[in-house]
Amino acid sequence: MADIELLPHNVPSQSELPELVEELTTLNLGPTHPATHGIFQNILKMDGEKIVSGEQTIGYIHRAFEKIAERRPFYQITTLTDRMNYCSSPINNLGWHMTMEKFLGVEVPKRAQYIRVLMMELARITDHIICNSILGVDTGAFTGFLYVMQKREEVYEIYEEVCGARLTTNMGRLGGMERDLSSTAIRKIKEFIKSFPPVLRELEKLLNRNRIFMDRTINVGPISAERALSYGFTGPNLRAAGIDYDVRVMNPYSSYEDFEFDVPIGQNGDTYDRYMVRNEEMWQSLRIVEQAINNLPEGPYYADAPEYYLPPKDEVYRNMEALIYHFKIVMGEIDAPAGEVYHAVEGGNGELGFYLISDGGRAPYRLHFRRPSFIYYQAYPEMCKGSSLSDAILTMSSLNVIAGELDA
Amino acid sequence: MLTNQEVAEGLLEKFGDQVFDFEEPYGLLTLSTTREEIIPLMEFLKDHKHYQVIFLTDITGVQFPDNAGKEYMVVYHMHSFVHNFRIRIKVSLSAADIHIPTATGLFASANWMERETYDFFGILFDGHPNLKRILNIEEMDYFPMRKEYPMEDATREDKIDALFGR
Repeated sequence: MADIELLPHNVPSQSELPELVEELTTLNLGPTHPATHGIFQNILKMDGEKIVSGEQTIGYIHRAFEKIAERRPFYQITTLTDRMNYCSSPINNLGWHMTMEKFLGVEVPKRAQYIRVLMMELARITDHIICNSILGVDTGAFTGFLYVMQKREEVYEIYEEVCGARLTTNMGRLGGMERDLSSTAIRKIKEFIKSFPPVLRELEKLLNRNRIFMDRTINVGPISAERALSYGFTGPNLRAAGIDYDVRVMNPYSSYEDFEFDVPIGQNGDTYDRYMVRNEEMWQSLRIVEQAINNLPEGPYYADAPEYYLPPKDEVYRNMEALIYHFKIVMGEIDAPAGEVYHAVEGGNGELGFYLISDGGRAPYRLHFRRPSFIYYQAYPEMCKGSSLSDAILTMSSLNVIAGELDA
Repeated sequence: MLTNQEVAEGLLEKFGDQVFDFEEPYGLLTLSTTREEIIPLMEFLKDHKHYQVIFLTDITGVQFPDNAGKEYMVVYHMHSFVHNFRIRIKVSLSAADIHIPTATGLFASANWMERETYDFFGILFDGHPNLKRILNIEEMDYFPMRKEYPMEDATREDKIDALFGR
């Protein structure tokens, strides 16, 4: 074969070639994007379909709760806490009451403790049910979400029966609950225990072994146990990585030691494991709810601590002492000692901690909320690095970042 | 099980008079150290074969404006899952020299916790990879959790402190 001579004019010289510029695309995921389920921004650097790096901007709904708390009497802080993780506000409320009770040394009667466990576990179910069904929505399965939402509605009706509110519950009081479980509440809880399993089982049928769902979630956004610990993961996200840390078991509060339940763990720390851990936790929560309602002890639903717990209203009208306590409590004149306390509860997303420093005044000197979402969300760029945008959205969804808790 | 006594003795042996003010409020071992020793102390607790205090629960700041020379305090909470043991470490800083080394080299989670502390109190974490505001807007020129910024407008007369909070 004869050599083909390349004519000089056919070959572009190096200088004539257009310079190949490697450019990354910047993509703004958020602040208001339907896939973020809350207001926070992710500035992603994309190389085609792949995410190279990410930077987060948060604080869009920062409401300065820690600053506000420094001016509020202890009783008025509860309303701040339910605006943190608004998918499971009773856990936040009761966690704060328990912090104050630990700080003041108030012993809560068994019945109140059981009612609290009941409400906290129902709240955990609503929290996880949102996260899991929204994960379904993000993979394209909308139906399951609407179906389980009915059940969340039923839990909200139980909240309504117990505390009068649905979303921002302000549930419980320092020393117990504000009212006893009504017969309607008990009936509704028992109905829920009966009617929830078939619904959850159908959600499981829709997703757990669904080929599309599994392909979309297995090995998506994985994190190793070591990295998860370094990043301060707690709750279901840490357990999905294989570490069985649960505050309810390790530091039982509110009589959790009386209940029998398992702590599910995952292996790979990926989106599917997080989904499965939450799924199993709902079953365990239901088990706890069932045990609590069946073994509900008799007795008072509030502690014998008149200086902290509002007296019954008719007592206030007839009884001098009750009137004095009522006045002092409503005006926030509480005799709090100086000191500091840290108390943690197992919130929907992990260890929800309250670090309180008091100088003996009527409001905290400093109150810090350890918000699980805030701490683990910083791992997100590392978790979605190298994955595609659609996978990154699933990763975020399965982390269950709640904007209110993120920003506080 | 790990007792407070055991860890306190271990720390005193290793760090001598650099760890002080031991307390046990509500059973939680609390101690103070200096900013020179905070990172070695955390590293010691983390890498210790027996203690295994591998989890950084929380970092936060507190301000004590009247405490001359120790106006600011950084509080660390750590947790050992193996022993279910918690420890609280405090470091006092003066307003004139408000620097403390970062813990991001030990714990990835320290990144945002320190940014939050900086954002609210202006405490500077030396060596932090990205020390900028996190919850507040970047244009803000003050540190809102400091006590000199009151919640309410100080000129208001309709709200009396005796009735409405502090």
